[in-house]
Amino acid sequence: MTLEVAVEKTFKGFKLCVQFAHDNDIMGVLGASGSGKSMTLKCIAGIETPQKGRIVLNGRVLFDSEQKINLKPQERKVGYLFQNYALFPNMTVEKNIACALERVKGDKQSIIDEMIERFQLNGLAKRYPLQLSGGQQQRVALARIMAYDPEALLLDEPFSALDAYLKDQLQEELLEMLSGYPGSVIMVTHSRDEVYRLCSKLLVIDHGQAVSSGNTKEIFADPQRLSVARLTGCKNFSRAQRLDDQTVEAIDWQIRLKVKPPFPENFDYIGIRAHDFYPWQEGMPEDNRLPCHLINRSESPFEKNIIFTTVENVDKPPRIWWLYGRYEYAEQLPQYLGIAPENILLLSSQQPTVSSLTAAAQQLP
Amino acid sequence: MDYSPIWISLKTASVSIVITFFLGILVAKWVVNIRHEKLKMILDGILTLPMVLPPTVVGFFLLYLFGVRRPVGMFFLEYFGYKIAFSWSATVIAAVVISFPLMYRSARGAFEQVDQNLIYAARTLGMREGKIFWRVIMPMALPGVASGGVLAFARGLGEFGATAMIAGNIAGQTRTLPLAIYSEVAAGNMEGAYDYVLIIVCISLLVIFCLNWFTSLGRRFMKKEPAK
Repeated sequence: MTLEVAVEKTFKGFKLCVQFAHDNDIMGVLGASGSGKSMTLKCIAGIETPQKGRIVLNGRVLFDSEQKINLKPQERKVGYLFQNYALFPNMTVEKNIACALERVKGDKQSIIDEMIERFQLNGLAKRYPLQLSGGQQQRVALARIMAYDPEALLLDEPFSALDAYLKDQLQEELLEMLSGYPGSVIMVTHSRDEVYRLCSKLLVIDHGQAVSSGNTKEIFADPQRLSVARLTGCKNFSRAQRLDDQTVEAIDWQIRLKVKPPFPENFDYIGIRAHDFYPWQEGMPEDNRLPCHLINRSESPFEKNIIFTTVENVDKPPRIWWLYGRYEYAEQLPQYLGIAPENILLLSSQQPTVSSLTAAAQQLP
Repeated sequence: MDYSPIWISLKTASVSIVITFFLGILVAKWVVNIRHEKLKMILDGILTLPMVLPPTVVGFFLLYLFGVRRPVGMFFLEYFGYKIAFSWSATVIAAVVISFPLMYRSARGAFEQVDQNLIYAARTLGMREGKIFWRVIMPMALPGVASGGVLAFARGLGEFGATAMIAGNIAGQTRTLPLAIYSEVAAGNMEGAYDYVLIIVCISLLVIFCLNWFTSLGRRFMKKEPAK
């Protein structure tokens, strides 16, 4: 089961140029809103038409701008879970599912019953979508898609329409329901938590371009690029200069730091995740300690946020975030914060130079 | 009292609403799907024009087209031996043209308000376009389409200006209720006008009730509580 995608589309002064290949796993697509991630999914499903490119699913060409192939969405066998689930409000649960079975000859009712059983919708078959909870609606939408038996499944921000307390539970449920699914799954989201939890592979899109792809945990550990680090939730950045193989100068923070190579190409930034600082105490190595002058502090239910700066007495001091668990450290603000060299992300602010599909095509397997 | 204006009016309004209703839906669906924004605007302007122009001006244009010495009028006269201007069919033409924009705009608004994602979802589930229109788009747009139909019917029933221009005011043939009221008053016969006015008020009230009923129609599935 493979899905190969290379699409290029210009719309509203914005250029989308994305290429990737994916097999049967859950792949996350992470990007800020307006970065083109939903548009990519829509191109795969055939809802939008790219100007250039090629989309191949399990050897079947769905779209090819050169050969002028553009299958209708009806012929693609690609399931699409919409953000608002797009259930037909005028149909009951079972009729919604039946809509996916239009091309099935023979016993439709047994498939409907099977889906209702599988997605735990017993007793809800005669209800209308508006009479269901958000979680139930999502299950109906999935049941309807699975009844269609798609070869690939596209999930467009599946949890964004839900209340916070439902999200965790539904993420678990979704993983469970997708566990037996043999095809490729692509999930678009702007939540790094969802991606980290649900997706083994990751594609990061920024301003219409794929800036990073690969194993999710590896990308989180070593984002390489400033934009990727930002999207994976890193909060603190400073322009930086390499002094030697182990040392950098953090220009904005006016401090030297020991780091762990390798450096990326065009290295010019460092990033530190807000959770990675620890209070520095006498006796610890003095290499990587940042003077901690408090700017602001606030609390969330389980965490404390400290905003501090390393440079005092300037107009706009750099603001650095430190987050720690509520019960982790004492109230007293330490004089210095330490950071382990391996926790300093070495980044480049340059975007990849691939700007056209001809170059991108060579990257496809 | 002469009952013929009542029958002529009802007959004209009924025939014209059937034409307007389906034509309006068809054209609305067509315009909604046009991708070219400028073309869409121009078409929308032309199709809405009869609603904005004074009805006499519309009647003037119609006379210009369907008059006996005019291209369309001559064509019908020559090939079908049928004179359109100042016949009953002219009342229908006037009512259709005048009421069409109401139907078209209501239907278009209703279609445009249907969540695009529903249509996309239906497509990715393999539903055919025709089925999507009848099973997804129409049920969602029905309240808007139906109220547009009722409004168009009312407008057709009350049509005066364009009808007078192209169909004239021939008793027993093209004299509809509004024209009959005008003629009675012009002849100084206020008593006769009262009767016609009363009838048209009754029909109009009935239309409003229909309108409200249609708007609430098809909203069964919007109820939060499941049916017992």
